[in-house]
Amino acid sequence: MASEIKQTVLHLSDHLPILQVVVPMLIAPIIVIFNNRLIAWLLSFFGTIICLIISVALMWATADGSVLTYFLGGWVPPVGIEYRIDAANSILLFLISVISVIVMFFSSNALISEVPKEKHTLFYACFLLCLTGLLGVVATADIFNVFVFLEISSLSTYVLVAQGSYVDRRALSASFNYLIMGTIGATFFVIGIGFIYMATGSLNMMDISERALELGNNRTIQAGFAFIIVGMGLKLAMVPLHIWLPNAYSFAPTVVTCFLAATATKVALYVLIRFVFSVFNYQYGFVSEIFLFLLMPLGIIAMIVGSVIAIFKQNLKKLLAYSSLAQIGYMVLGLSLLSEKGLSASLVHMVNHGFTKAALFMALGAFIINTKNPYLSSIKGLGKAMPLTSAAFVVGGLSLIGVPGTAGFISKWLLIEAVLEAGYWVVAVAILVSSLFAVIYIWKIVEVLYFNEKPENHGELSFYLVSPIWILALFCIFLGLNTGLTVDIANMAAEILF
Amino acid sequence: MTMSGDMDSYYLSFIYGHLPYWLFIILMLSGLFIVVSRGNLIKKIVGLNIFQTSVFMFYISIGKISGGTAPILLDKAAGKTDVLYSNPLPHVLILTAIVVGIATTALGLALIIRIREEYNTIEEDEILEMDTQAYRAKNKDNAFEIET
Repeated sequence: MASEIKQTVLHLSDHLPILQVVVPMLIAPIIVIFNNRLIAWLLSFFGTIICLIISVALMWATADGSVLTYFLGGWVPPVGIEYRIDAANSILLFLISVISVIVMFFSSNALISEVPKEKHTLFYACFLLCLTGLLGVVATADIFNVFVFLEISSLSTYVLVAQGSYVDRRALSASFNYLIMGTIGATFFVIGIGFIYMATGSLNMMDISERALELGNNRTIQAGFAFIIVGMGLKLAMVPLHIWLPNAYSFAPTVVTCFLAATATKVALYVLIRFVFSVFNYQYGFVSEIFLFLLMPLGIIAMIVGSVIAIFKQNLKKLLAYSSLAQIGYMVLGLSLLSEKGLSASLVHMVNHGFTKAALFMALGAFIINTKNPYLSSIKGLGKAMPLTSAAFVVGGLSLIGVPGTAGFISKWLLIEAVLEAGYWVVAVAILVSSLFAVIYIWKIVEVLYFNEKPENHGELSFYLVSPIWILALFCIFLGLNTGLTVDIANMAAEILF
Repeated sequence: MTMSGDMDSYYLSFIYGHLPYWLFIILMLSGLFIVVSRGNLIKKIVGLNIFQTSVFMFYISIGKISGGTAPILLDKAAGKTDVLYSNPLPHVLILTAIVVGIATTALGLALIIRIREEYNTIEEDEILEMDTQAYRAKNKDNAFEIET
């Protein structure tokens, strides 16, 4: 027994699934103890890079379809908590850690314009806790653990959003509303877990799916599923439950918006996917009915309405927030098809949109550092004054629209293919219409950026601010040209989940 | 007569037998109603607390086994193996949920303090009104956008 324990300690690679979550969690209190801005940033950056290395290793290990499991404390499930990494969550772990590294790099210079210096240590601590929560939600295979990590990430997100109050006090009420909505969502989720536990007596996802199969069409499980759909719908801002999102995104500091827009809603959607495919049997009548008659219409409404509202927004942060709603609509739509192709399209779009939206919000953040104002009228002519940042914004915009050669094209193509395969050609038309609306609101910004006189008092920003934006913009192009990273893994993930 | 008496006892046992669940539903809905209907931010937090408490009650009632005692290992140590005890797992789960609830409440109250410092009120309508006025005063040229 003792030699066995020794052996597991020696192999660091066996512990990667948990290290991923533990590293940022441990760094957070350490930087609070040091309470020095520079050390805080260095350690946080170091931590996110470790997370990135681990996530790449995990993705490499799971790309061939194998599944890594880790038993916390050596307790074998269903008694103990299990961490389970397969292709589906390794791709999300990668997205979250890449975005966190880039955002961390960007924040070294960008944060100072929005949050006072003495708060930076605590800010980074919160950021790391948020990262811990998001990574934990994705890595775990225990449904109650999902809730705990979800709340760790949500609670730190509320704090991060409220940090925007140093620039605009409306961040406080936005954060409060987010807190109320998020807590209602999380509580619904817990009720759902309670129902599932009541019916199956287990909290481990694999175990539940086996036991639920024996139970057949059980009303308690159906009730649990309904609660989980509503709870996660609130967290992922599915359309009638999205009210918290535009304000939270637009009043939070840019660094936070960037990180949240790229990761938080995707993680909630991942939880929904995981529950539908790994916990519940998606072939049951009630699951497919809910998806066909509830999620699909809501996804289509989100796609159209989000884009239309975005067209009329003058506050650019809000414009991008509403565009995020529309993009979440695409992902929900892909999921609601309940086909392998649809699911893989949804997963690819999660990653591609993560990079795209992060690039757009980051470029917008760079504009705001110069202009101190998120409104459309303030960025007049910045295309000439800040050529690099503006070009990156245009690349992100093209990817959002779905122009060939960018990441957005790949995922929209896959989505339309999946929709046509299922025979819903009207829905395919709706996707195209929504993309056309995206052309309108992106063009509106590009026009103001480039077709105005060059302002005199604004110049290009430093290397440290422009390079992370360009890394994200290059990701948008790279993922549009090389689909090996996203599409192959997403196909593998869809195969495993089905 | 006997028929309806049977039905009565059926309904009664339906209510009595599921009493914790009825209380859970009542608490949950009243909590949710308070959150949605009240404009006072403190009252919203109170509603949220009631809502969360209902879930605690739900979990505890899941773990209850009729005739079961508290799950204490001492009985086993004393050689009693046939002790019937309640399922301890929901209790443990709900301890975690209570901690999360407390953290949420604390954070919500902290936010209310900050809101009160900035706006000098904790009524949602007044905050919204002040925001709208400030927005209109600042952005006279952006007449098209309706701030929500």
